[in-house]
Amino acid sequence: MTSFILRRLGSGLLLLVVISALAYLLLSLPGTDVGRHVLGPAAPQDAVDAHNAGLGLDRPVAVRYLDWLTSALQGDLGRSWFTSEDVSLALANRLPVTFSLMIGVTLVTAVVSFGLGVWAGVRRGAVDRAVQLVSVFGYALPGFLVTLIIVLVFAVRLGWFPAIGYTPFSRSPGGWLATVTLPVLSLSVAGIAGVAQQVRSSVIDVMGRDYVRTLRARGLPTSRVVFRHVLRNAATPGLTVLGMQFVGLLGGAVIVEQIFGLPGIGAMTVQYTTRGDIPVIMGVVMVSVIGVILINLLVDVLVGWLNPKARVA
Amino acid sequence: MTDPRTVTGPGTDPHADADRLREAGPDPLLDIRDLRVSFPGKGWRARRVEVLKGVSLDIRPGETVGLVGESGSGKSTIGRAVLGLVPVAGGSIHFDGERVDVASRRRRRRLSRDIQVVFQDPYTSLNPSLLIGDTLAEPLLAHGVTAEDARTRVADLLDRVALPHDAVHRLPREFSGGQRQRVAIARALAISPRLIVCDEPVSALDLTTQRTVMDLLLEIQERTGVAYLFVSHDLSVVRALSHRVAVIHRGEIVEYGGAEQVTTDPEHPYTQRLLLSAPVADPGRQRRRRAEYERRFHADAN
Amino acid sequence: MSTSVTPSTPSTPSTPGTAVTSPTAPTGPKRRSGTARRFLTSPQALGASLVLAAVVVLVVFAPLFTAHDPNAADLKDAFGAPGGGHLLGFDSSGRDVWSRLLHGGRNTLGGALLAVAVALAVGVPTGLAAGYYGGWFDSVSNWWVNLVMALPAMVVLLATRAVLGTTVWVLMVVLGVLVAPGFYRLVRGTVAAMRGELYVDAARVFGLRDSRIIVRHVLVVVRAPVIIQGALVAGMAIGLQAGLEFLGIGSGDLPTWGAMLNEAFTNIQRAPVFMLWPGLALGLTSAALVLLAASLRDVLEDRGTAPATGRGARRLGADAPTTLDSAGERADLLSVRDLAVTYTLADGSSREVVHGVDLDVRRGEVLGLVGESGSGKTQTAFSVLGLLPEGGRVSRGSILLDGTEVVGSAEKEMRNLRGDTVAYVPQEPMSNLDPAFTIGDHLTEPLRVKLGLSRTQARARALDLLRQVEIPDPERTFRSHPHQISGGMAQRVLIAGAISCDPDLLVADEPTTALDVTVQAEVLGLLRRLQAERGMGVLLVTHNLGVVADLCDRVAVMRQGRIVEVGTTEQILRDPQEDYTRGLLDAVLDDTPAREPWQPREAAQ
Repeated sequence: MTSFILRRLGSGLLLLVVISALAYLLLSLPGTDVGRHVLGPAAPQDAVDAHNAGLGLDRPVAVRYLDWLTSALQGDLGRSWFTSEDVSLALANRLPVTFSLMIGVTLVTAVVSFGLGVWAGVRRGAVDRAVQLVSVFGYALPGFLVTLIIVLVFAVRLGWFPAIGYTPFSRSPGGWLATVTLPVLSLSVAGIAGVAQQVRSSVIDVMGRDYVRTLRARGLPTSRVVFRHVLRNAATPGLTVLGMQFVGLLGGAVIVEQIFGLPGIGAMTVQYTTRGDIPVIMGVVMVSVIGVILINLLVDVLVGWLNPKARVA
Repeated sequence: MTDPRTVTGPGTDPHADADRLREAGPDPLLDIRDLRVSFPGKGWRARRVEVLKGVSLDIRPGETVGLVGESGSGKSTIGRAVLGLVPVAGGSIHFDGERVDVASRRRRRRLSRDIQVVFQDPYTSLNPSLLIGDTLAEPLLAHGVTAEDARTRVADLLDRVALPHDAVHRLPREFSGGQRQRVAIARALAISPRLIVCDEPVSALDLTTQRTVMDLLLEIQERTGVAYLFVSHDLSVVRALSHRVAVIHRGEIVEYGGAEQVTTDPEHPYTQRLLLSAPVADPGRQRRRRAEYERRFHADAN
Repeated sequence: MSTSVTPSTPSTPSTPGTAVTSPTAPTGPKRRSGTARRFLTSPQALGASLVLAAVVVLVVFAPLFTAHDPNAADLKDAFGAPGGGHLLGFDSSGRDVWSRLLHGGRNTLGGALLAVAVALAVGVPTGLAAGYYGGWFDSVSNWWVNLVMALPAMVVLLATRAVLGTTVWVLMVVLGVLVAPGFYRLVRGTVAAMRGELYVDAARVFGLRDSRIIVRHVLVVVRAPVIIQGALVAGMAIGLQAGLEFLGIGSGDLPTWGAMLNEAFTNIQRAPVFMLWPGLALGLTSAALVLLAASLRDVLEDRGTAPATGRGARRLGADAPTTLDSAGERADLLSVRDLAVTYTLADGSSREVVHGVDLDVRRGEVLGLVGESGSGKTQTAFSVLGLLPEGGRVSRGSILLDGTEVVGSAEKEMRNLRGDTVAYVPQEPMSNLDPAFTIGDHLTEPLRVKLGLSRTQARARALDLLRQVEIPDPERTFRSHPHQISGGMAQRVLIAGAISCDPDLLVADEPTTALDVTVQAEVLGLLRRLQAERGMGVLLVTHNLGVVADLCDRVAVMRQGRIVEVGTTEQILRDPQEDYTRGLLDAVLDDTPAREPWQPREAAQ
């Protein structure tokens, strides 16, 4: 198992380097004149050139990338071209917000969708049809539309939760909960719909397997068969979908943080990427890709634990 | 000798062309020498698994050679190697005097005129979303028969395997296992091959259906002179259909000879064990066979 | 390949379903129209298509439905109510909402279409090639796909916009590339799975070119899932694009649904109704696409509505037992009278597959239940266990198990009988072991649950059972997972599990059919020994008359859901009374003479 994890981490690192190289090259293609942008159209050309040289922009792209990579590997992601903010620091400040969103969403999604999926798959009939109908709509509506509806209902109309703003957990746990509830809810809807569908169909599939009949023929209670055997075998596809949802979640977070005014990485992405601030974009891309790689690894380890046949020697 | 489907014996037809003459000579139609096949092992840098460890077989025109073995013995792999579906690691396969295991794709396609196949599972060997008519016309069209001619040929083929003509408009799922296997046989016959590889063609069928499909295969052979390489796990099926029988065990042929000799008085202990393992539908005789089996094989198994 | 030598029994749950439905399958030429008809008669499919068609017509012919310029702003009209040719009133800048809605849809729908087209163009051919040919192309493209899938789409789109400018079309091309892996994986997976299908092998043997095989066999299979995925991706692309525009990262001044929602959001306190129209347009369009995909899946993948299940079916399953007085004396261990099994089909109708079966198994007796596929013998066996597959139920009759009436009894009562009164040995050894648990778990679980043994006691007992079924290295097998042992071993483990709680009756469904013949002989010997040692009654379902001769005391011959003949093994095999039984015996090849040696053709004539 350890060697499997190490191998996966190694290939993840390779992936990271390749993606960073591609991203850096593509982002550098149009050659934004940063100095002109910062200093304004009235500034003399030599001042602009000096500014660009100060950022190291007069050197070839490959050199700049290698430079970036070397310091990135040491944990220094450089400074923003436009605000001179330290990118690593900015990410570190914003990470907890986005991170707590992600954890919340993943937990809510996993619990609710597995519950619904198993319920629908085992009971079938009306329960099944209801769960399917609800999940089709949860899946069909664009995420940000769902978010807007949730804001409209729970914040604007009912006033139960603040529509905007963020309270750090360290300052007030209750306030934190109040500010993250709606964002988590908004982000969970689509995931719950997708994963519940998957869990439902795998539960139905596993319930029809020969070994379930044989286990029941041994005189085991149905509940035991469902929760010990069916759930374990049906969990794999659900977990895989859950892992894939995570990538989409990062995109959803961009919009949700924007709507709720949360100071997370998503909001930062919108502010900086539109200007072409390469160090910041690179930082965001790296953090997201690392998140995806770690989540995929986690899913693989979980699947291997659940399903010995998938275990890598 | 106007019917090209009919294969002639040695020197029967003075007007036969050169090809016919060569095949009709003492040379076998199919000649497998020291065939070796291996598959990549599971896992990283695993060693290749040898499935066939030097197998030699020959089939004469119009002959049926039965190939018996248990699962994993490599019996199906021999058939697949003849059909060009698995890469050959060593040895040679000659068809009609010509080496075919190294044939190019183009040559292989032409070869399909002569070598055909009927697979075991009539449920997966027919494309579930193609009409029976399209399935049957497929090999004809591949060999340049016009659509018009193909239609008449398909009707003819359905007659030969005793299926109704309206079958052309139906999907495989509307037929029983035995009927599907008839379709598969008709498809193999479509371009009048000289050799059909039958890979467990009756194993998935009920006993009575199995019997009728076997009769159909025999009747086709009598009429067209096609040769069969008949692969099966069932000694009694092979015995009834084959002129000669080869017993394969762990990638090697352990016994090869006339059907009567191999299936009633085998020399190799493995064949003897196979023979005694299958229960017979006669309580008294089965009791004696069982006693003999226990005496000879069970004791040393423990 | 003796694993699929199993002619007779529909043992997998799907098989009885298909066996039951096949007679009602539509006949030939109507196939295509059948698909269309099913599509048109599904209210969901029809509704979704109509909504979609309406949206497309309104949007494409926008100038016909509105006379106003979507960008003509007049601040004095800001927040103006509907009226005066302005169907939906004015927005915060005094622009006509209806006109903006229609024109906005052009960008949104067009962009989605572009994204889907790009994704199809990139994903499908690469998926086909990777799935069909495998090899290095497969490895390289998989690596790329993993790379693309690790990229967060939203971040990439934002970065693209920063680099390549604000044109929505460019963004949609990039989005298309980002979602192409979905199509790639779908197509590659389907194609790779069908590459092993025998009909593809057959097509190769027939001399078809690869291109022809792909067109004729592969594309047909891939078509349905690709269409479905296409609808889903279109819905997703619409949502993502609207999301981008909502963030203000769209196509500048062009009216779009996302931009309208953004404007509505900034005015959410003053005029929440602004969200209604663009929200509705967006929601309806995406919902219609997803619903369309769902109904397409039902129609194209040929899945009807699920068989009636849940409470209704369960209640039906609990019919009261009916006993015929004329049925004669009933055996003490198992006595079945007038048993009928009925399946509820997909279309709601029902079909009886077992029509009034009488059976008796006395203590210590082995009864063979013989018949061909579809004769109902497995259905009868499952009825005795109370484990009919989904959709099936005992619709009539009585089953007495050790004096307890099984028909109509509660699941809990039935469960108490399973394991220690009646036990089950299945046909396919591998598919009957839960792959996630070790052999030890399989054996100890019933011992602990049914008999209340402690962990150590259960372990000792399980090891003892493994020894009893003649497994050479019980300790190692105990620790193994099912995929680590052979089929013959697995069947021994299943037999050990069946006898673990000392049952009085063993229901064995083709217990040796899936095994190699030499293994079969061993397992038959094992079954015989265990039966004799424990004095178990056995209901042995089989199609193999040799197995019957080897094990059974009595035989019941079944045909088309009825018992046609019952008698001792000697009687039935030596002197059958019924034509059907005689036919079965005649088909046995035991005494068929070997074929004559080969002779050159004209010499044989």
